[in-house]
Amino acid sequence: MSEQPAADDTNPRENRSGPMLDVSGLAVSFGDQSVVSGVDFSVDRGSLVGLVGPNGAGKTTVLRAVKGTLDPAAGTVYVDGEPIRNESAKAVSRLVASTPQGTNLSFDFSVKQTVEMGRTPHLGRFDRMGEADRRAVERAMERASVARFADRPFTSLSGGERQRVLLARALAQETPILLLDEPTASLDINHAVRTLELVRALVGDGKTAVAAIHDLNLAARYCDELVLLAGGGVRAAGRPVDVLTSDTLRDAFNAETLVTTQPGTDAPLVTPLPERDSVDRRVHVVGTGKPAAAAVSTLVGAGCRVSVGVVPSGDTAAERAADLDCERVTVPAFAGIDDAARQHAVDLAAAADAVVRAGEIGDGNSPVVEAGGACIAVETDESAYTSTAHDTVPLTALPAAVASLPPVPEQDATPSLNQSTTD
Amino acid sequence: MRFAGRTVGWSAGLVAVLCAVVTTSAGIGPVWIPPGIVGKVLLNAVVVPTGISVSGPAVDVTTAHVFSYAVSDLQTQIVMQVRLPRILLGAVVGFSLAAAGTIMQGIFRNPMADPSIIGVSSGAAVGAVGFIVAPVVIPFGLGLRGAAFVGALVAAFGVYLIATRNGRTPVATLLLAGVAIQTFLGAVVSFLLLHSGESIRRALFWLMGHLKGASWPEVTSSVVLVAVPFVVLLAYARDLNVMLLGEEDAQSLGIEVERTKRVLLALSAVITAAGVAVAGIVGFVGLIVPHVMRLLVGPDHRILLPTAALAGASFLVATDTLARSGSAEVPVGIVTAVLGAPFFLYLLRKREVHEL
Repeated sequence: MSEQPAADDTNPRENRSGPMLDVSGLAVSFGDQSVVSGVDFSVDRGSLVGLVGPNGAGKTTVLRAVKGTLDPAAGTVYVDGEPIRNESAKAVSRLVASTPQGTNLSFDFSVKQTVEMGRTPHLGRFDRMGEADRRAVERAMERASVARFADRPFTSLSGGERQRVLLARALAQETPILLLDEPTASLDINHAVRTLELVRALVGDGKTAVAAIHDLNLAARYCDELVLLAGGGVRAAGRPVDVLTSDTLRDAFNAETLVTTQPGTDAPLVTPLPERDSVDRRVHVVGTGKPAAAAVSTLVGAGCRVSVGVVPSGDTAAERAADLDCERVTVPAFAGIDDAARQHAVDLAAAADAVVRAGEIGDGNSPVVEAGGACIAVETDESAYTSTAHDTVPLTALPAAVASLPPVPEQDATPSLNQSTTD
Repeated sequence: MRFAGRTVGWSAGLVAVLCAVVTTSAGIGPVWIPPGIVGKVLLNAVVVPTGISVSGPAVDVTTAHVFSYAVSDLQTQIVMQVRLPRILLGAVVGFSLAAAGTIMQGIFRNPMADPSIIGVSSGAAVGAVGFIVAPVVIPFGLGLRGAAFVGALVAAFGVYLIATRNGRTPVATLLLAGVAIQTFLGAVVSFLLLHSGESIRRALFWLMGHLKGASWPEVTSSVVLVAVPFVVLLAYARDLNVMLLGEEDAQSLGIEVERTKRVLLALSAVITAAGVAVAGIVGFVGLIVPHVMRLLVGPDHRILLPTAALAGASFLVATDTLARSGSAEVPVGIVTAVLGAPFFLYLLRKREVHEL
């Protein structure tokens, strides 16, 4: 399966080693306005690289430079080691196919006619479509699952179907490189995922693909590598887990984000946080399970320095705290709390401005709760637990409740906030 | 193959329609000549070469008439010398305007574009009215037609230059530059008319578009001026299809967009100028005929371009027949507009007009 379609993409240049696509020192300006400069990245053959970044960062501009539809002010795009700058449009269109962000066809071509236009690079002015061309069109329509509405007018299709037709058109070009500009924009999650699964499959068959993708989480999940564009240049490039960190995202998007892990994969999961005044408090969370994990996320998102414990290692709350780089005191599951761990947690609680309790806490943690000055409980479904001794607030009100507490003066004797676990 | 068959089928059908319209039209006039007789006259005119003799620099082609039906000399005279030149000129003009309109609608990706959109008609008007008001000597005896033709091309080239920057000609700029130049040239024409004195009637008649006084040499020259660019345009039909996807897409599909646009604009300007120079400003043919044919055969220019051109030929011959068969002759531009505008409004209401 992986050999067959790849063979169709055979290009005289393909046997070389080195990256399939190499962008070097690329700078583009519109008039006096510099859009991007010093953009360097390369794409290995058979991989999918995502271009991510804020609106106006130049994702589309970089794609346009790669497909040769705009002249860079500086820099060179190499396809398989050859600069494309002086190539004719026709030569480039045999190497690089692209799907546009959206197309507004004002005239009613059928789906098949639209896909057939993908053969333009392979036809001379007086050539007719030959058997090979027709087969390529059939194959492309099959691959993008648009064959069943081949005869329908393009304009009668839904957004998702149009996107697939445009992808089929690009496939009919039979190029080694595929560029996708926002292939999932305006698609619902089902169609977005199906589109990216298809791209993934194409890459598996040997295509090299670059996609500008708005949705960081989809990009993280489907791309081999990401290139983060911001402020007119590349901010970060590499594996999604290295590129999508709170720090780079803050830099690039000027936004606070919470970066965790997508369930079922090791791809990062980016959750944007609402912009608000950061709550500059030190909080110790006592509790387990989802309620405690949610409390940790919420507090970290609000800007608090958070410590957790004592929790059994492997507990959701412990994992969340690890994800978010919070100090945590863990003990092996079912082992009971030893004195050293308890003392560590008590110290953390004593040093904190507030202790927050969420979810189930064992009796062993009572001293930790007592050690804190102010204590806030988070409302849970099992509110029977709620004790009148503490303020009980819903999760959403937690940052505000913490912020309303007076900060405890810093003491020299506070335990350091270094990573420390006792198991 | 199926596709080529469709093109040939539609074209053959429309050629048949054109023949029927021409034959009928040649019979209509102050003296009614039945189509059968007209047919015989036309067949009598068909010649085939029988031999070539070269004597020194001169090449003599001897020809022979294929048919020799018995037809009265008067009828032959009326058909061949009076009516046919005008009819054929009408066919060429209709053909050229519809072809140019199809190309313009494709380049501008806008079904509302027409051949005069880049200032061709206004330029021709300035040339023609200027010549009528203040005749100047134009070499080669080109006279009014020549002035209009040159005016048309100068205006189109001017619009193109104004809209071009750094080798790129965005269609939106082209459109707006065209509108501005048309307005400007319209003012020039108005000014010329104010000072035209005696010749105002002739100038107005030209501006309204008419085919009166057509002669065989005009037919020949305009056939040549239209046929050659048209053949080249046919070779560009597929590129034009791809251009409809948008210039960015077309470029990434291997079309040299700017060069293609330049070629298409130049050729359709020549074709339009050839038509307008002999017929004056005949509106709506270049707008409506491509539009209607697109509804019938679809947007593929490989079939749309030839069929629209042929349909335009039939349309203008038919409307000109109406124009000249009343008690007093009406400029054909009036007839096309009177028939065309309501039909166009009907289309506008009936069909969604896709973005500008």
